[in-house]
Amino acid sequence: MGQDTLIRNVLIPTAQILAVVLILPLLIAYLQLVERKVLGFMQARLAPRRVGWHGLLQPIADAVKLLIKEDVIPEKSDRFLFTLAPIATVIPALAALAVIPFAGAPFTVFGYEVKPFITDVNVALLYLLAISSLGIYGIILGGWASNSKYSLLGALRSSAQMISYEVPLGFAIIGVMMLAGSASMVDIVEAQRKAGVWYVVPQLVGFFCYFIAAIAETNRVPFDLPEAEAELVAGFHTEYSGMKFAFFFLAEYTNMIVVSCIATILFFGGWLRPLPNVESLWWLQNGWLILLPLTLGGFAGWLFGQRTGRGLPPMIAGGGIGAAAGAILAMSDLGGLASLSLPAVSGAFWFFFKVSLFLFMYIWFRGTYPRYRYDQLMALGWKWLIPLSVANVIVTGLAIVVKGAVQGRG
Amino acid sequence: MVEYVPILIFLGVATLFPVATLVIARLLRPSVYNKTKLEAYECGVPPSGEARARYPVRFYIIAVLFVVFDVETIFLFPWAVKFKALGVFGFIEMLVFLGILLVGFAYAWKKGALEWV
Repeated sequence: MGQDTLIRNVLIPTAQILAVVLILPLLIAYLQLVERKVLGFMQARLAPRRVGWHGLLQPIADAVKLLIKEDVIPEKSDRFLFTLAPIATVIPALAALAVIPFAGAPFTVFGYEVKPFITDVNVALLYLLAISSLGIYGIILGGWASNSKYSLLGALRSSAQMISYEVPLGFAIIGVMMLAGSASMVDIVEAQRKAGVWYVVPQLVGFFCYFIAAIAETNRVPFDLPEAEAELVAGFHTEYSGMKFAFFFLAEYTNMIVVSCIATILFFGGWLRPLPNVESLWWLQNGWLILLPLTLGGFAGWLFGQRTGRGLPPMIAGGGIGAAAGAILAMSDLGGLASLSLPAVSGAFWFFFKVSLFLFMYIWFRGTYPRYRYDQLMALGWKWLIPLSVANVIVTGLAIVVKGAVQGRG
Repeated sequence: MVEYVPILIFLGVATLFPVATLVIARLLRPSVYNKTKLEAYECGVPPSGEARARYPVRFYIIAVLFVVFDVETIFLFPWAVKFKALGVFGFIEMLVFLGILLVGFAYAWKKGALEWV
C-alpha cells in the first residue's frame, strides 16, 4: 500500500472517527441541557440556570460529577458482566455513526479530498440494523448481572420491546430501498435528488411506521416502559452509578441521534434542500443565512415583548423581519461567499437542521404524551405497525410494478 | 473491501473510548464502601430472596416470533435493492413468500400469542 492510499484509507478516516467520538459526548451533554430547558419551559418553569449563564455550564458540571462519582458494584452481582454491560451498550451505539453521511460534497484539507462521511458501504442499512440490534445485549447483560429485581424486570421489558419494534423498523425502511434501488446512504439521498422529491411523500406510511418504531427502539417517551420510574425505579440501570451509568446514558442519546439521522437520510432527503429540483429556489441552499437572522430577530422581538409587556406579537414580527432579511441575503448570495462555493456547508446545514428538528420532536413528545401500558405497547407493535408496514411494502411494490408496465408500453 | 477499513477502525476506537474513560474514572473517584451500600436496591428495605427468579413465558414467545420476522426482513433486503430489475416475477415471488409468513402470523394472532395479559 502506497503512502497516498494509506493516508486516504486509514489516516483520514481515523481523524474523522476521533473527531466524531470526541465531539459526540459534548454534543450529547448539551442536547441534555436543551432537553431540560425545553421541558422546563413546556412545564412553565425555568430549568437549570445556576451553573453558568442560564445554566450553560451545567453539562460540564454534570460530566465532572459523573466522572468522579463513586462506582458501586452490588456484592451479589456478577462483577465482570456488570462492567462489560455498559461497554457493550456504548460500542454499537457509537459504531452506527460510521456509515452516516453528514453532507454531500467533499471538501479539501491540505490537498487531500475529505469526504463528509466516514465510509460509504453498499450495505449501510443492513449494517445499521445489525449493529443496533447488538445494543440489546448490553441492556440484558446489565439487567441480569445487577442481580436486582428491578433491573431484571427492566431488562426483560426493554429487550422484548426493542426486538418487537425492530421488525416494523426493518419493514418500514424496505419501501425506501425499493424506490432507491440501493442500501447505501449516499445513493439513497442521490436517488431522492434524481426523483426530485423527498421520500417522505411516496413513503408517508413507511415514515410513520419508522418513526414510531424508532422512538420505541430508543426507549423514549411515550414508550419508556423499561424506565417507568413509578414501577421499576430506573429499569435495567437501577444499580449503576458513576461512569457506567453515564455510558448507558450516552448510548441512549447516541441512539436517538442515529435514528434521527437515518430518518433524515431515508425520508427527508439528507443534506438536500427542500424541493431539490426546482431551479428557481436555489437560494434555499443558503439556508443558514435565512435561519440566523430569523432566530436573532425572533429573539430580539421576544426580549422586547418581555420588557414592554406586549407578549408574543413582537417575537413574530421580529422573526418575520429576520426571515425576510435572511431571504434577501441568501438570494444576493453575499458575493459568492455563501454556500454556492461551499456545498459541504449548505449540505451540513440542512442535514443538522433536520436532525435537530427530529431531536426536538423527541423532547416535545416527552413533554406531551403519557406513558403507554405494556400490553398496549405490545399490541401497537405487533397488531398495528407490523401489518401496516408489510402492507406498505406490498403497495409500494405494486405501484413500482404498475408504473414500470405503463412506462414500458408508452 | 477498502471501504470497510474505517468501520473496523471505528469499532476499535469505540471500544477504547469507554475502557479508557473507565480507567480514568477509577483513578479519580473515591472508593468508600460499606455493607449496606453494596446491597441491591429494594426501596430501602433489606433485599428478600433471589432476584433471578422465574419470569413470564410471554417474553420467550415474543423472542421466537421475533426470530421468524427478523430473518424475513433480512431476506427482503436484497430483494428490495434489486426490485426494479426483478420486475413482475420478483414481485409475485415475494407476495408468495410474504403470504406464507402472514398465514403464520394470523395463526399466532388467532392463538393469542400476541395477547399480553
